[in-house]
Amino acid sequence: MENIISIFVRSIFIDNMIFAYFLGMCSYLAVSKNVKTAMGLGIAVVFVLGVTIPINFVINEYMLKAGALAWISGSMKEVDLLFLQFIIFISIIAGVVQLTEMVVEKFSPALYGALGIFLPLIAVNCSILGGALFMVGRPYNLIEATTFGIGSGIGWLLAIVALAAVREKMKYSDVPKPLKGLGITFILVGLMSLGFLSFMGFAV
Amino acid sequence: MKFLRNLLDKQKPAFEKGGKYEKLHPVFDAFETFLFSPNHTTGSTGAQIRDAVDLKRMMNTVIIAMLPCLLFGMWNVGYQHHLATGKAADFISQFLIGAWAVIPVVIVSYSVGLGIEFYFAVRKGHSVNEGYLVTGMLIPLVMPPTIPLWQVALATAFAVIIGKEVFGGTGMNILNVAMTARAFLYFAYPGQMAGSNVWAYLGDEKTVQGYSGATALGIVAETSAKLSEDKTGLPFANAGVQALTSDAWIKGLFSDWNLFIGTVPGSIGETSTLMCLIGAVILIFTGVGSWKIIVSGFAGTYLMALLLNTLAINAFMAIPAHYHIVMGGVAFGIVYMATDPVTAAHTETGKWIYGFLIGAFTVLIRVFNPAYPEGIMLAVLLMNVFAPLIDFYVVDANKQRRKNRLKYATL
Repeated sequence: MENIISIFVRSIFIDNMIFAYFLGMCSYLAVSKNVKTAMGLGIAVVFVLGVTIPINFVINEYMLKAGALAWISGSMKEVDLLFLQFIIFISIIAGVVQLTEMVVEKFSPALYGALGIFLPLIAVNCSILGGALFMVGRPYNLIEATTFGIGSGIGWLLAIVALAAVREKMKYSDVPKPLKGLGITFILVGLMSLGFLSFMGFAV
Repeated sequence: MKFLRNLLDKQKPAFEKGGKYEKLHPVFDAFETFLFSPNHTTGSTGAQIRDAVDLKRMMNTVIIAMLPCLLFGMWNVGYQHHLATGKAADFISQFLIGAWAVIPVVIVSYSVGLGIEFYFAVRKGHSVNEGYLVTGMLIPLVMPPTIPLWQVALATAFAVIIGKEVFGGTGMNILNVAMTARAFLYFAYPGQMAGSNVWAYLGDEKTVQGYSGATALGIVAETSAKLSEDKTGLPFANAGVQALTSDAWIKGLFSDWNLFIGTVPGSIGETSTLMCLIGAVILIFTGVGSWKIIVSGFAGTYLMALLLNTLAINAFMAIPAHYHIVMGGVAFGIVYMATDPVTAAHTETGKWIYGFLIGAFTVLIRVFNPAYPEGIMLAVLLMNVFAPLIDFYVVDANKQRRKNRLKYATL
């Protein structure tokens, strides 16, 4: 149990997808103009990460790893399908994102409209594939992997709503012309990660 | 005064529209409004504000509130200098030695920061804002007395340009400018800023035998790490306090009373909790600083420390809760940094949450993060990042409540 809490806290604050690994920056910068939309996208990311990581974990464990197919028959012990890892991971992610898109369109057309192209683009959000690959690289079991997925998603959500709130406040700032828009946002994200440095090296 | 007025009036035409130095008008304007109360008034239509408290007076109040810390800091630098070199000295010479070390830092901070402010004001053609008067005083107070002057200049330049001017100048910055300067130095030159180093101003003299310049937080963090590594199962309850009273190179240097008064090594202005409380009274009495942030900040620190006392997994967690308030810069950070009206939460409910979380995060960072024995700097920066979000949800909840009220009213 302690282990689960530790992974959860780590993935939200310490190994934050945005401020520690800089993953998923494109939609982070593009959809953070408004808190409500950012919240919607954040929840979608939490959902996608929370669903794809356990699925990918099971597939990796029982199909892709060297010797993973041994449960079919003894002769399959030699098979190593690891070279299919990327392609299978990304297609599962794409499938789940399609599902999410349909659900959002059905239940919240307003949010669907606001998110626009960035909803289907979650499929290529680096933090999702990144999460799956981190999961492979670390010795997690199924429950730990799910916790990690949800935690990373919440960390990403926290980062994007914080940025969106700051950007809403900054609407009235007199930013130098060449820096308007993305330029100032990059500086802003840099300064925000200065605040998040407080968690680097946390012993949990 | 008449002489100054005449001098300014003589120069004035050159800086007016069409004059020789028209472009430098903001510079002239800044000096004029600094010396005399300006004679421009609001037009007869539009908003009329009848209050003598303008930005200039507000900032001056903050500076007055910081004076106890500055003066005490100067004396303490001298006092620590004499402790470290093992010489006796009277009050005046301690103060003078401290002033000799501190005043250059203040001058560098003001000249670099104001230089940049003037440049941007001239370039953008607006008047120079008084906001830097406070920042320029805060920056020296959060620096250790041994800081090289070029580092002060570099940090000030970084904080003023990247932290403030690119966002549109005074009132628009997201992070507290003085804390940005300190964080910049902390991560760029950790050698000078980490608390394990000698922090007393020495000049050319040598230290006495057995001297260690460690701060209280440094000692506790070290003891805590040592004990957890040993896993000897020692009773932690008093290990931290024992280390404070016995491990210091002078016995009794870090008693809780000394920590409260502030006669301990540390950054120039942060050591004295007492002086910060005097400043807090001035700020609260004049209504410049929010009492909600100050009260909830101290409450957050104390309650989080109490909570960790019940867990007490390592020695740092077990240290009595009031130590967390008097050690390091918690009081200074909460009174002068957290109450910064620009970067704090703006809603009244938000201020309670904001202050409380600063206190709580400070203790969490101190206890759980062996990389940073001091947590207030990063806690303030972190909550600066989240302050707009707190405001957003407080306003949103208010909107929802009123909507609901409307719904029931029409029924």
